[in-house]
Amino acid sequence: MTKLAPVLSAHWDEKDSFTIAAYKRHGGYTASAKALAMDPDAVIQLVKDSGLRGRGGAGFPTGMKWGFIPQGDNKDHYLVVNADESEPGTCKDTPLLMANPHVLIEGCIIAAHAIRAKHAFIYIRGEVTHVVRRMNQAIEDAYAAGYLGNGVELVLHVGAGAYICGEETALLDSLEGFRGQPRLRPPFPAIAGLYARPTVVNNVESIASVPAIVANGAEWYQSMGTEKSKGTTLYSLSGHVVNPGQFEAPLGITLREILELSGGMRKGHKLKFWTPGGSSTPLFTDEHLDVPLDYEGVAGAGSMLGTKALQIFDETTCVVRAVLRWTEFYKHESCGKCTPCREGTWWLVQILRDLEDGKGSEADLAKLLDLCDNIMGRSFCALGDGATSPITSSIKYFRDEYIAHVTNGACPFDPIASTLFEGADA
Amino acid sequence: MTPDTDVIVEQITLVIDGFEVTVPKGTLVIRAAEKLGIQIPRFCDHPLLDPVGACRQCLVDIEINGRAFPKPQASCTIPVEPGMIVKTQLTSPVADKAQKGVMELLLANHPLDCPVCDKGGECPLQNQAMSNGNPEMRLDGVKRTFEKPVAISSSVLLDRERCVLCARCTRFSDQIASDPFITLNERGALQQVGIYEEDPFKSYFSGNTVQICPVGALTGTSYRFRARPFDLVSTPSACEHCASGCDLRTDVRRGKTLRRLAGDDAEVNEEWNCDKGRWAFKYVTATDRLTVPQIRDESGELVTASWPEAISAAAAGLSRGAAVLVGGRATYEDAYGYSKFARVALGTNDIDFRSRISSDEEREFLAARVVNNSTTYRDIDKADHVLLVGFEPEEESPIVFLRINKQFKKRALKVTSIGSKESIAVEKLSANFICVQPGQEAAAVATQELTNKSVILVGERAAESAGLLSATAALADRTGAKLAWIPRRAGERGALAAGAIGNLLPGGRPVSDAAARVDIASLWNVDSLPSEIGRNADQIIADVNSGQISALLVGGVDPLDGPSPAGTIAALEKAFVVSLEIANSEVTKYADVILPVAAITEKSGSFLNWEGRAREFETAVDSLNRSDLRILSMIADELGHSISLGTVANAAKEIATIGNWDGASVATPSVSMASAHSVSGDQAVLTSWRRLLDLGTLQKGEENLAGTARRTVAVISPKRAAALGVVDGDLLRISNGNGWVMLAALVENIHDDAVWAPRNSAGSQLLANLGVAHNSVVTVVKA
Repeated sequence: MTKLAPVLSAHWDEKDSFTIAAYKRHGGYTASAKALAMDPDAVIQLVKDSGLRGRGGAGFPTGMKWGFIPQGDNKDHYLVVNADESEPGTCKDTPLLMANPHVLIEGCIIAAHAIRAKHAFIYIRGEVTHVVRRMNQAIEDAYAAGYLGNGVELVLHVGAGAYICGEETALLDSLEGFRGQPRLRPPFPAIAGLYARPTVVNNVESIASVPAIVANGAEWYQSMGTEKSKGTTLYSLSGHVVNPGQFEAPLGITLREILELSGGMRKGHKLKFWTPGGSSTPLFTDEHLDVPLDYEGVAGAGSMLGTKALQIFDETTCVVRAVLRWTEFYKHESCGKCTPCREGTWWLVQILRDLEDGKGSEADLAKLLDLCDNIMGRSFCALGDGATSPITSSIKYFRDEYIAHVTNGACPFDPIASTLFEGADA
Repeated sequence: MTPDTDVIVEQITLVIDGFEVTVPKGTLVIRAAEKLGIQIPRFCDHPLLDPVGACRQCLVDIEINGRAFPKPQASCTIPVEPGMIVKTQLTSPVADKAQKGVMELLLANHPLDCPVCDKGGECPLQNQAMSNGNPEMRLDGVKRTFEKPVAISSSVLLDRERCVLCARCTRFSDQIASDPFITLNERGALQQVGIYEEDPFKSYFSGNTVQICPVGALTGTSYRFRARPFDLVSTPSACEHCASGCDLRTDVRRGKTLRRLAGDDAEVNEEWNCDKGRWAFKYVTATDRLTVPQIRDESGELVTASWPEAISAAAAGLSRGAAVLVGGRATYEDAYGYSKFARVALGTNDIDFRSRISSDEEREFLAARVVNNSTTYRDIDKADHVLLVGFEPEEESPIVFLRINKQFKKRALKVTSIGSKESIAVEKLSANFICVQPGQEAAAVATQELTNKSVILVGERAAESAGLLSATAALADRTGAKLAWIPRRAGERGALAAGAIGNLLPGGRPVSDAAARVDIASLWNVDSLPSEIGRNADQIIADVNSGQISALLVGGVDPLDGPSPAGTIAALEKAFVVSLEIANSEVTKYADVILPVAAITEKSGSFLNWEGRAREFETAVDSLNRSDLRILSMIADELGHSISLGTVANAAKEIATIGNWDGASVATPSVSMASAHSVSGDQAVLTSWRRLLDLGTLQKGEENLAGTARRTVAVISPKRAAALGVVDGDLLRISNGNGWVMLAALVENIHDDAVWAPRNSAGSQLLANLGVAHNSVVTVVKA
């Protein structure tokens, strides 16, 4: 039985956890002091050795990404932290930054040192005003304490509400003041990123994991997790569960274990389907309760670890309705640059809406799947791919439920039954 | 596309659909396929724009050395690599399905209004939907709709629901024209091309976006709903508006020109042209076109005459001793006709094509340095430094601007401009601007450092500053830099080669050289040619007014273009004037015999562009009008001195036999610069140039085009503005002894001694209003 292993979230329960004083009380800013005394290449090697992989979804080895930055090129280098957390279901960076903004700042100091960057940027989702305020205060405190401003400048940039800006090159365009749309690659950001300079773009959790690795060593980090997925990570549990929230555990824990640790499903209900890593990762069902939630385990079962956003839905939920909601999101957020995503999401919503309303036909399912096939892998960036995942996976597991909408001429579910306030009056 | 430099590029061999093809390194897969004749469908791709990979229509399967890409790749974004195996829609079912899928998605929101769309019949979307699309559309839902059309300028209309968002237009405006006045707004299916608030798409090159739009989203206001493409008869043409020499296509429906498109000439205009070349052609069909000959009777009234009557009246008048003024818009063949007519029929070298401010220094410069000059666009491509002297490329030869801009964008080509007012082009090219008092340019030229890879581009306005052309030639001699003279009008370089100027016979032969005269006399079958160097245009006018010349043969001249419109008009009133014109003008008002001639679309011929490159064109519109050449031949016959040039083809054949002069050339002038004007108080030295879009006679009636002209303003420096207490928008009065203009002020980077105004724009016709345009002291006060 895997246990929770709070590292990032170790002190979140303390009332002042977000202050610089609390952070220092628990050894904060000692790792950066240690790293700054090291050769930058040694820091990169340390992170490589730790096995840390990107926590933004793709799972690319963080140390290797840092190693791609050309050295001695006499160009400015930049570190950019992607805090544009916008995927439906994904909610790890926001609580992390609320509870402990300084761990990200310290991570930035170490990472900037490693890649020889003098400037770091945090691109944060614009809607999370409370986090922006807290982050700004933390940056101010870190400047006042001298952790920032002595070799590394850190800028918090607030986005304006576009999901696409979580795509790293769209993020860079947005950061430069342009409309956020993904850039053609190559050149990759490591060669020509922000202002056409070598740039590392990392997720909040990836950078926030670095101070602990520097403090405790690569071996310590290696000791947690599975063969190819090392360390601990935040699993964000939401939906029809008794205790939603952040559960930090070594990679490889299963949903069954997390549910046991957290108090399980909503009383009297059973698991129907869930996302392992946010709405753009193919759905799982109760067959997958024992899939190890690491990069390889989830991929082996036909989905993606993604952002470890475990959205849990019980048997009261209409999967067609849930998928329609997600698809509406992707239609709204498609940047419009490429045809498959722009036109495809527009069209998918219309078909799904008809199906959910009971106005569809069985032929619509074939059409949906074929459209998804024409979008998946044909789009400019992963947004289009992600938009098809809930559709194709839900049809794979719940085809009968789609058909039931057709034969019923309406949705067979009572939407009230799936709300969390259902039964509150009783 | 031909490479811009002579560097030898590594060749790469790959396999596409089973066929080997070898292409230069850096070639995109989509273009390597074209080389094999394999057409991969595409929308956003354009060979002259940076790849964007947005439309996803060109997806193909690619494998490199046995490793296949997991998903189809956009062939417009991937450069070829050795060992690459590409499977297009022809051999890969996956690529074929991907393309059909994208096509279906493109059509999902596209209206089925092809029957009323301008693009219908010549539409890449229509064509490729047929060649690479599914026969049936499966979308039975609701299409996106927009209010239509939106005028993004007076010339360009946007139907947003037709747009496939390929971004060709926005990329063109940004990458090629450096006029990023349109951009994509909003997101998802609501993404759309837009302008900034109330700022329209005022680019001199906006028409290219209409031409490269792969659907009917952008249409030209003037052409909208005028024709179906299959009703048009297309003729390859050359542009008559400036000396850039654009290749064009003229589309005619039932004898009426409806539109002109940029032709494809990699050496000259690539695939672009300017809005004037595209949209200014109505003057040909203007209501004041002349159709029949007219003779002024004893009472002074113009009366219709028969051709024989008119020709004999013209001959009688000209036989009293005439000079020839031919405007810079004549074709090479017509100019040759005037040149030969002057010498053979009139027995004089008194001929000048320069119906503008000119000088004898310029005439010598043209004979010594221009008539056989071989500098080309390609030299700009290869230049290490381009020096602009008295020349505003964007206003005066727009394709030269695009060419310089291309190299600036590509490799930060160094550009220096010597003038008195910083222009928009100087800003766009990040040029080093050397600001001098108007008239003092020569001093700045003399101190330039160039190499033998540099190119000096000197404009026709250089003749307005004494010593400037001499200094420019000296700079070229000192540094080995290439030198080119770029006039505004399309016919000037041809007229120079044809000898329509007092000091040169055809082929650059100096009038002063006896051997040269013998050369041409034998070609023309005459005993001898006049040996005295002819009078220049100014002298001709002066000598008419002093009674030494009694008749004028005038073709395509506007008195308002010359240095002294009043003097020219006096001369026209005084002399017996034979006017060859397409429409009523300031000249026909005073003419004694008016002979209507064919407009450019009504005849064949050629121009020599600034490079000296022949730009041939065919008759696009049938008409009864005759070319100048034909009419000159008739008058010459009547005078008993045949010039034997009945047809354009005859003239072209005769020109081809001439060849360039290989004898001693004319000496380069060495005129000194005049001393600077001393100005004080309200005095300023006037400077100006003509805007691309202004009151030019060939733009008559083009209201949509005129709507995109730049604002008419008077420009003064911040220092002068402060002294006058003037801010942007305040009215300024510029005056001299001849008159005044009143214009809104614009405070910009201009020499403190100078004031700038457009030379021939609404409210600012400097030669008519002030009698001067450059290098002359005027008074500037707050109105």
